[in-house]
Amino acid sequence: MALHFELVTPARLVRSEDVHMVVVPGTEGEFGVLEGHAPFMSTVRDGTLKIYRTEGGQPEEIEVQGGFAEVGENGLTVLAEHVEG
Amino acid sequence: MASLKELKGRINSVKSTQKITKAKQMVAAAKLRRAQANAEAARPYAARLATVMGSLAGKVTVSESSPKLLAGTGKDQVHLLVVANSDKGLCGAFNSNIVKAAKLRALELKAEGKTVLFYLVGRKGRAMIRREFPNDVIAMFDTTDVREPGYAEADRIAAELVALYDAGKFDIAHLFYSKFRSALAQEPTEQQIIPVPAPTAASTGGAVDYEPEEEAILAALLPRYLKTQLFGALLENMASEQGASMTAMDNATRNAGDLINKLTIQYNRSRQAAITTELIEIIAGAEAL
Repeated sequence: MALHFELVTPARLVRSEDVHMVVVPGTEGEFGVLEGHAPFMSTVRDGTLKIYRTEGGQPEEIEVQGGFAEVGENGLTVLAEHVEG
Repeated sequence: MASLKELKGRINSVKSTQKITKAKQMVAAAKLRRAQANAEAARPYAARLATVMGSLAGKVTVSESSPKLLAGTGKDQVHLLVVANSDKGLCGAFNSNIVKAAKLRALELKAEGKTVLFYLVGRKGRAMIRREFPNDVIAMFDTTDVREPGYAEADRIAAELVALYDAGKFDIAHLFYSKFRSALAQEPTEQQIIPVPAPTAASTGGAVDYEPEEEAILAALLPRYLKTQLFGALLENMASEQGASMTAMDNATRNAGDLINKLTIQYNRSRQAAITTELIEIIAGAEAL
């Protein structure tokens, strides 16, 4: 039971891994994505992406700027213009 | 027949030319590897964005109210040719091939009675295009102060293009760049970038929730898609430039080697001829005594 998560910027593929949950800063509010989420598409505002590797674990935080999140059959894809670090 | 000293001078000058071409060849080879890696790293983003565009375009019907970047201005009178060249030379016919493709297209469009404008990226195409179409260049984008054009440049180019488009300066934009096939083959390519060619709609089964609604997402996505295409073109161009440079410099180095051999033979022949003449003179002198 894992969510396939990909974080992509124009310059490179930053992450491609299976995680428990990702909290995405959407333009109309943050939303968490777990496995089996309904197909969903949203723009992303500048903010912090929180990646929970395990249930209840400490989230890993990544700063993203401008972009796009898509939830489909093959998991969550975040297309970010720029990623910190 | 050239004197010995002259020949020696020529041999030395060809040798130093060969050193330069050889160095440039090796630099290009190293840069090519980097440029190729960069181009490959950019592919996932472009591919994903295209998929998203595809699934979104299937949902939204193109109408009067849809964003101008997708629907167009409703006219096709003024064409903007965006020509991406390199800043440096020593890369064979790389730049002139791109310019040639753009020129052909421009003449074709002019023959149809359209207005053609140019937007030039990179330094090397400027002179060639300005000579042919002195009044049609509306803007030039300078990339000389950055080492390699990246996303920031694509961002600025896209912003300028969109500003020009919104100001009604042109109706359709084509992008000319060189597609990287291999180190030996680069292909001048033309691509329509504005209005964004509607990608083939991929049916993504099932209802997708959009937040905000489709139209707003599409409006946010279009400039980004344009940027990504420009970025991809810049990267392809970069790799092509290095590939072309490597091939051209390899040829130049080989030609210089051939020339050096030829000149050296000529040099040795005339040296020997001079010695023989001198000997004959000495012997003749001795016999006369």
